[in-house]
Formats: sequence, C-alpha cells, structure tokens
Amino acid sequence: MNKTRQPLFHIVKRGETPWYFGWGVRAISIVLALLCCGLITTLVTGENPFQFFATVIDGSFGSSRKFMVLLQNTAMLLCIALALTPAFKMRFWNIGGEGQALAGALAAAACMILMKDLPNLVVIPCMVVTSLLAGAVWGAVPAFFKAKFGTNETLFTLMMNYVATQIVAYFSVVWENPKGSGSIGVINPISKIGWFPDLFGSKYALNIIIVVLVTVGMFIYLNYTKHGYEISVVGESERTARYIGIKVEKIVIRTMLISGAICGLAGLLLVGGTNHTLNSAIVDGRGFTAVMVSWLAKFNPIWMVLTSFLLVFLQRGAGEIATDFGLNASFGDILTGVILFFIIGGEFFITYKLILTKSSKKEEK
Amino acid sequence: MFEAILSFLPRAIAQGIPLLYGSTGEIVTQKSGNMNLGIPGVMYVGGICGVIGAFLYEQSLPSPDAINSFLAVLIPTLFCLLGSLLMGLLFCFLTVTLRANQNVTGLAMTTFGVGFGNFFGGSLVKLSGADMPFLALSATSNCFKVTLPFADKLGVFGDLVFGYSFLVYLAIAIALIASFLINRTRTGLHLRAVGENPNTADAAGINVNLYKYLATCIGCMIAGLGGLYYVMDYAGGIWANNAFGDRGWLAIALVIFTIWRPNVGVLASFLFGGLYILHMYIPSGMNLAVKELYKMLPYVVTIIVLIISSLRNQRDKQPPQSLGLPYFREDR
Repeated sequence: MNKTRQPLFHIVKRGETPWYFGWGVRAISIVLALLCCGLITTLVTGENPFQFFATVIDGSFGSSRKFMVLLQNTAMLLCIALALTPAFKMRFWNIGGEGQALAGALAAAACMILMKDLPNLVVIPCMVVTSLLAGAVWGAVPAFFKAKFGTNETLFTLMMNYVATQIVAYFSVVWENPKGSGSIGVINPISKIGWFPDLFGSKYALNIIIVVLVTVGMFIYLNYTKHGYEISVVGESERTARYIGIKVEKIVIRTMLISGAICGLAGLLLVGGTNHTLNSAIVDGRGFTAVMVSWLAKFNPIWMVLTSFLLVFLQRGAGEIATDFGLNASFGDILTGVILFFIIGGEFFITYKLILTKSSKKEEK
Repeated sequence: MFEAILSFLPRAIAQGIPLLYGSTGEIVTQKSGNMNLGIPGVMYVGGICGVIGAFLYEQSLPSPDAINSFLAVLIPTLFCLLGSLLMGLLFCFLTVTLRANQNVTGLAMTTFGVGFGNFFGGSLVKLSGADMPFLALSATSNCFKVTLPFADKLGVFGDLVFGYSFLVYLAIAIALIASFLINRTRTGLHLRAVGENPNTADAAGINVNLYKYLATCIGCMIAGLGGLYYVMDYAGGIWANNAFGDRGWLAIALVIFTIWRPNVGVLASFLFGGLYILHMYIPSGMNLAVKELYKMLPYVVTIIVLIISSLRNQRDKQPPQSLGLPYFREDR
C-alpha cells in the first residue's frame, strides 16, 4: 500500500541540448507574448488583432526617419547592454548602467559647455576621454568596494544611479539656458562645437557604426582574449579562479572599469551624437532595459543585437499604437513587461523539463 | 525655529510612511531569500488599483454625498491588496517555480508596474472627462484622512502624535509586528533559515517554496499599501502620472539602511522622509541648484551604510546569505 501523495510531475534538469533547441523555445515564447499583446490591445482598443501587428510594423518601418530612429535606439540600448555584459559574465550584477551612462553624458556636456570657444579638433577628443573616464570611475567605485570588502554590488550600483541623476539635475540648473528655464537647451546650436559630424546625411549613422564596432570588439574580447577567459573563470567559480592564480580583485575592478567606460561611451554618443543637450532623463531607463537585453541573449554580444532590436521594435510599435488609438504612452511599458515575462518564463523550459510521474502501479508491473 | 521643526516633522513622517510600507514589505521578502527589485512597480500597482477601486465606487454613487466612509476605505484597500498580491504571485511564479533570475524579473516587474499605473491612471483621467491631467478622488481621500477626534484638542503634542490617519499607524504596527514575527517566533526562524540557507532548511523539513511564496506575496501586499497611502492620503486622492516618483527605490535603500530590521525602519523611514524633503527647508535663496544636491542625500547615506556594514563584517548585520539565488533541491 502506497499512501504517500505523489506529485503529478517532477522537474529534471536537461542535459546538453542542441543550440537550436533553446532558440526554438525562445521563439515560441516571443510568439506567445506577441499573441498575448495583440489580445490585450484588442481588449483595450477594440481593434482587430491584425491591426495591432500592422501598426507595430508601421511604427518601426513606416518611413525612413522612423527606421533610422529605430536603429539609433537599438544602437544605444545595445551599447549599454554590451557594457554590462562583461560584468554579468563575472556574476557582478551591475544595474548601474543608467548612472554610468549619465556620468559619461555629463562629462561630454561639460566639455561642450566649458570649451565652447575652442575648435572641434580639441573639444571632441576631450569629450571622448572625459566621458569614458567618468563612466569608468562611476563603475569602478562599487567594484572597488565589492572587491575589497564584499559590499553588495547590486544595491550599490542601483544607488549610484540616483546619485548621478541628482548631480545631472544639479548641473541642469547651474548651466540652465535660457536663464530660469531650469533645463539646458540645445548646446552650442550655432557654432556646433562638440557636435559629432553627420555621416551619409544622418546624425544617427556615426553612432550606429561605433556601436557595431563595439559589438564586434566585445565579442572578440569576451571569447578570444585572455581577459575574457579570466572573466568567465571568475564568473563560474571564484575559488577556482583563486586556485589557478587569478587575482579576483584585480579582475573585478578592471572589468568594471571597462563596463563603466562603455556605458560612458553610450552617454557620450547620446549627448554628442544625437541629443546635443543634457537632462537627467537622457538615458531614459535604458540602463535597466539593458540588463534584460544582456540576460535574454545569454551574455552573447551577437545575439544581443537581436534582443535589443526586438525590444526597441516592440517599444516603438507600442508607442505607435498608443498615439494611433489616443492611448497613454505608458501602454508600451505594459507590453514590454508582458513580453519580458513570457521570455523570462520560457527560459525555464530550456534548462529544465517536466516529467509526468508514472503511477506507482505501472512501475510495479 | 521651533515652529519650523513642528511643521517639518509631520511632513517628514508623511513622506516616510510610503517608504516604511515598501521597506517592511521588501524586508519580509528578502528574509526569504527573494530579492524583489519589482517593489517600485508593485507600489505603483497598489496605488493605481486603489484608485481604480475608489473610482468605480465613486462612479456608482448617485451623488458624492451618499458616500459610505466604511465602504470608501474598504473597497480601494481590497483592490490594492488584490493588485499587489497578483504582482507578488507573478514574481514568485517566475522566480520560485520557474527559477528565473530575480534581478531580471524584478526589473521587468518594475517596468510593467510603472507602465500599468501610468496607463490606467491616464485612461481614468480621460474617462472622468476632467480638463486637468490628473484624477481627483477627494471624497474617498477624505474618508482615508479621518484622524482621531481628540487629536486637535491636545495641542502640539496631539498634532505630532495623534494627528495622522489610520494608514500611518497601520504602517508602524505592521513594521513592529513583522519585526516580532521575524525575530521572535518559530515561523520567523524558519523564514530566516530559508533565506540564509534553503538547503539546510529543506533538510530540516521546512517547505522552502511555500515560505518563499508566502513571504513574497505578503511583502508585496504590504508594499502595495504604501502606494495606496501615497495616493489616498498624502496626495489627497489625486493621481498624477509619475507623481510617485522613485520612492520605490528609496524603500529598497531603506532596507539596507536598516540592515533588514523593520522595527528600526519606523524611525529610519521618518529620517529618510526628512532627508527627502530637506531641500524645501534649507534656506538656499535663489540658488535652486543646491536643492538638487540635497535630494541626493538619502542615496548617499544608504551607500555609506552599505559600505560600513560590509566593512564591519558582523555576522548579524549582513544580507540573508542566499539573497537573490534560486533554489533547486536537486542542484547541489
């Protein structure tokens, strides 16, 4: 007599699966998520679901300008996601991308404002150096304390975001233009000092090219260099790393310097390349979205191109829906959230599988 | 000077209460080893669900005078609890049952929750046909703001101690009860065991997943009340998009600041509330920029506490050991 209650199924970790299995599962989650989003939109607006998809596509590909904005936003999100990746691979939860990018943006804007009488040949290199440095410092401070004293890096980097936000808010008032507006208007609108040059007649082209280079560089750095190897060893097991003679503290600080510097680069591109102004919302939450982009791509820079494109595509689409149907712009956030929940939930089925428990009678036979 | 302090303290306390709800909820959650970074989103959802409840109730009334103050408080509160409970269940389902990464899930929940709040807030504004970009539920808010009848008669002391609405005292009560439960009862001991080392807890026969689910859901409901308090009491029943701001993150900062102790959180939240509004009381003259720097204080203080607590490295002043890690029995 077996009276113990048996669960209906139990969970087992999958062994090796072919690479396409994981992506198949992810593709299914995304399709399900999109269907769910279509359903929600239908419920809210009363439009038929096909209209939803048509509007989403129109929001991204409707005109060449929309398409360029799509690419630019993808590039910026991708840049921050790439920056966070080496830290994540090391199991250092850097959710301070927002602050690090803001630090970079602040440094770039400071150069543009304080050196407005100097030629571009001097100002732009200064912007590059200072903003990379600012981002790196902003990232290295939590890393230093993590390495030396084991301070919780998730919470530290999170708090650093708001410190950066307030410093930027401070300078927005200090450098306000015109006086009394409380915000910095377009910097150097006439002399265009510190503005990055247009390529192919578009101000977005240079940013996109730079981010493509960073993507390739990061892929090589993580997979084919000694540094990349050290990062992955530290991430897999700190004890192993110490055992084989890797100085973990050094790796943590060095990696966060790089991570912060690339975030700073994103800030630089936002200020110098496209917005030509500074406010505390300039990074627009990308520091947080980038965490998800990087994680969804399993820290692989090439797949990150896809995941960041997907998220930006959906956000733009949802924004288009919001304007078309006179909805609130926050509708996009809801849809993004739903999609993320599906993808996050889907990851389970890649690592684990459910096995229905055979009833004990069968086993006895 | 005395007058200034008298006007400062109640406002600091009023500012601190949402943070207290949020941090008590997050402490209960984190004690089970779940790091819920979705708390800012949960608080938005709690707030907007209360608003939806109040809106539906006010719309169903023939005239604003017919309002039943008991129902006017009960309905929004139930809506708020239900909304935040659903958010908690979602987080648990993804992180405990499906073992997803807690940081990523939490951030996604924040995106979703803030979007949810602003979307429905904006839509209700449209539905109510107001010209202004916000929704005013002052009738319901007045029911929430009822204070003890004898508060006015006790002068300064009465204003300072008894002059608040029930949600304020509820927040303090919940924090103290949570502190007692965590530190002084068997349930609390089990909860802490789950957060410190789920393997050991499991071996001792504690249902790890059940504890994680319960702690996180209850934590979310407590945090959701913070959103409700903010809209109904602090803001006077006015929902404006993004008005709640970054208080959710500040609540998480408070968790670290109090080193995971809800009873300390009561006073610490008043301190944070004070730091949050300090910039309004600092005589800075025409220099508005400095005010922005004062707003940085709560975060800087939190960072310093974070560093000091890791420097001193005392065993009872650390985060729960398995904070943020998923638990799988067969994974050893």
